[in-house]
Amino acid sequence: MSSDAIAVQTAGVSADRTWLQTLHEWVTTVDHKRLGVLYVFYALIFLVIGGIEATIIRIQLMRAHNDFVSPQVFNRMFTLHGTTMIFFVIMPFMFGFANYLVPLMIGARDMAFPRLNAFSFWLTALGGTLLYFSIVGGSGLYGAGSAPDVGWWAYAPLTSRAFSPGHSADYWTIAVLVSGFGSIGTAVNLVATVLSMRCPGMKLSRMPLFAWLTLVMSGLVLISISPLSAAQIMLLVDRYLGGHFFDTQAGGSATLWMHFFWIFGHPEVYILVIPAFAFASEIIPVFSRKPIFGYPVMVGATVSIGFVSISVWAHHMFTIGMTSYSNSFFVLTTMIIAVPTGIKIFNWLGTMWGGKLQFKTPMLFCIGFLFQFLIAGLTGIMLGAAPFNWQLSGSYFVVAHFHYMIVGAILFCIFGAIYYWYPKITGRMLNESLGKLHFWLFVIGFHLTFDVMHVPGILGMPRRIYTYEPGRGWDTLNMIITIGAFIQGIAILLFLANLVFSYFGGSKAGNDPWDGWTLEWSVSSPPPVYNFASIPAVASRRPLWDLKHPEDPDTHYD
Amino acid sequence: MSAITTPVAQRPVNWRLPYKGNVGMACLIIAESAIFTIFVVAYLFYLGKSLTGPTPREVLEAPLFYTICLLSSSLTIHLASRFLERGKPGAFLALWFLTIVLGGLFLFGTGQEWHRLIYERGLTISTNLFGTTYYSLVGLHATHVTVGLLMLGIVLLLGLAGRVGQEHSARVDVLSLYWHFVDAVWVVVFTVVYVLGR
Repeated sequence: MSSDAIAVQTAGVSADRTWLQTLHEWVTTVDHKRLGVLYVFYALIFLVIGGIEATIIRIQLMRAHNDFVSPQVFNRMFTLHGTTMIFFVIMPFMFGFANYLVPLMIGARDMAFPRLNAFSFWLTALGGTLLYFSIVGGSGLYGAGSAPDVGWWAYAPLTSRAFSPGHSADYWTIAVLVSGFGSIGTAVNLVATVLSMRCPGMKLSRMPLFAWLTLVMSGLVLISISPLSAAQIMLLVDRYLGGHFFDTQAGGSATLWMHFFWIFGHPEVYILVIPAFAFASEIIPVFSRKPIFGYPVMVGATVSIGFVSISVWAHHMFTIGMTSYSNSFFVLTTMIIAVPTGIKIFNWLGTMWGGKLQFKTPMLFCIGFLFQFLIAGLTGIMLGAAPFNWQLSGSYFVVAHFHYMIVGAILFCIFGAIYYWYPKITGRMLNESLGKLHFWLFVIGFHLTFDVMHVPGILGMPRRIYTYEPGRGWDTLNMIITIGAFIQGIAILLFLANLVFSYFGGSKAGNDPWDGWTLEWSVSSPPPVYNFASIPAVASRRPLWDLKHPEDPDTHYD
Repeated sequence: MSAITTPVAQRPVNWRLPYKGNVGMACLIIAESAIFTIFVVAYLFYLGKSLTGPTPREVLEAPLFYTICLLSSSLTIHLASRFLERGKPGAFLALWFLTIVLGGLFLFGTGQEWHRLIYERGLTISTNLFGTTYYSLVGLHATHVTVGLLMLGIVLLLGLAGRVGQEHSARVDVLSLYWHFVDAVWVVVFTVVYVLGR
């Protein structure tokens, strides 16, 4: 009862606040829940920006010899689109959810280092701002800048002073460097939180899979974002101090940049997809009304994915001409990754098998994820075979493959997670019919775009071209791809409308709308500032199940 | 559903978790190690690939004295934090100050070496690949020493103001962990640059 009284009291106080005081509270906050919401809000803004850039790219490629944008603008669009979506949409989404949920799930009142948490968020925010500030400030403060146009992997020597004059490439470098420091700070924080802040009884073997997978993701951030930061520092030394790291005319190596970039770049894919696995591992059991199948194997598979993922990077570089030994090594390690990921798919299906499936919107998105993740994995195996890769590297087949992974797997899981945890975060349910409409429209748009996109790739259409000749058999396909992109855009607008209208008019959620099992559903929605009035203690993997079913608690089987 | 309360199961006795400061610093050290690894790899990869002189063999001399200074500062900081743990703030402050002096001496040595290389040998960061990789790697390490010295200096000032006591020894240990890391990196850099690299 006392906690209710506190809640009423704080509600009364917040009603008197002016908007300036509220803004001040949000800007100076060190509360993990507010920072989590800020991360997600920030990611949503950049999702819209990155989506507009994707739309511009698709309109330009809609038909042959289109002149919707100039070639220069097209180059800037795909550079901004890639950088934005990876660094300023998906990563903030993942860090936002990890921030919000990990302390609640492990029974803690905040993260291990709340001020570091705030600092990391604002670094990430500064990074995104810097990237777009290049448009106005790229040539000094004359309002005559230009956005970076070096592609999201910024291969040398294109980034050298001679080929990228002005400051647009510097803004790209510093934006990525600064947000990288933010990511490392958050990763340090998450590892320390998971290892040092668990409530009594929450042994590692009893943690929700979400916390486990966040731990593995954070470990990967520590060892793979840092090489990117190192490479960015080298690039800055080259551009500002006249260094020669990637200067081929002074004996430097452009290939070294590729290695350094992909040593970051491939684990990055797993940094993005492991949290998606984490969402699926929480959502699928709840809507199958069964505990997760093979918990220890899921943990083991995730850890082994983490390990193997740091030894596969050069499969992005088969076409540069490595030795046959290097090629064989990277083909083999790439194939090995299929084993733990296969185990994970098997276990999610095993969780659903024989369960009482409830096809709510979060579950629909997770089922879409399972299907699309499998196909993305299959095209990944195709591209992982060096001879096949020599044929299709740098074509739209590759673009289709990684969008299948990033949109079809990761973004689907993010949508699932938002539908699943929105009630906890806001206290209101998202509209279910709008949610289902969003899901089906997005599935149709997604498959129209990215299934079809494989075909022009096989027909030889290279990525990053701003236009193409008519009569190569690419025209109709590109038109279909663009139509699919518009359907996805409409679906996302519906989703954003749902977020706004449900916040004001959605039905009240209560503490536990999905009949969940993890600790976050035991507190009110939204949770109080201090999370738990008294620190909980747990005796099994599903503490709320034990509480709801005292006659048959999990502790009997642990 | 709203009747659910926070679960409180039987509290396990002896529930102890690692200290969050140590975990956080260990994570930072992992991340920093990855950064240094990339710089070391670049240094080794570009050994002997410079198109013009000077070469490492011509200009580098192993800074043995300053290396001994830095390595022994690991010992003094360790002893300092042990004294703090046992509640002897005087001995702690003296050894802490000695650590800062040794670290400062090391930085002075680096500065002297750079001065010699730049003004007598004509090697700058833009001279050749060796210059680029050498100044980046050694400079990255020197930056870490500088940051470490700033943090040690803050603790020294707080200590002189009487604000560092026995109860802070766990936190001071976290800082000394960082300092040990900076020393360990120097062992690697020294081996790579002054032993293998010549």
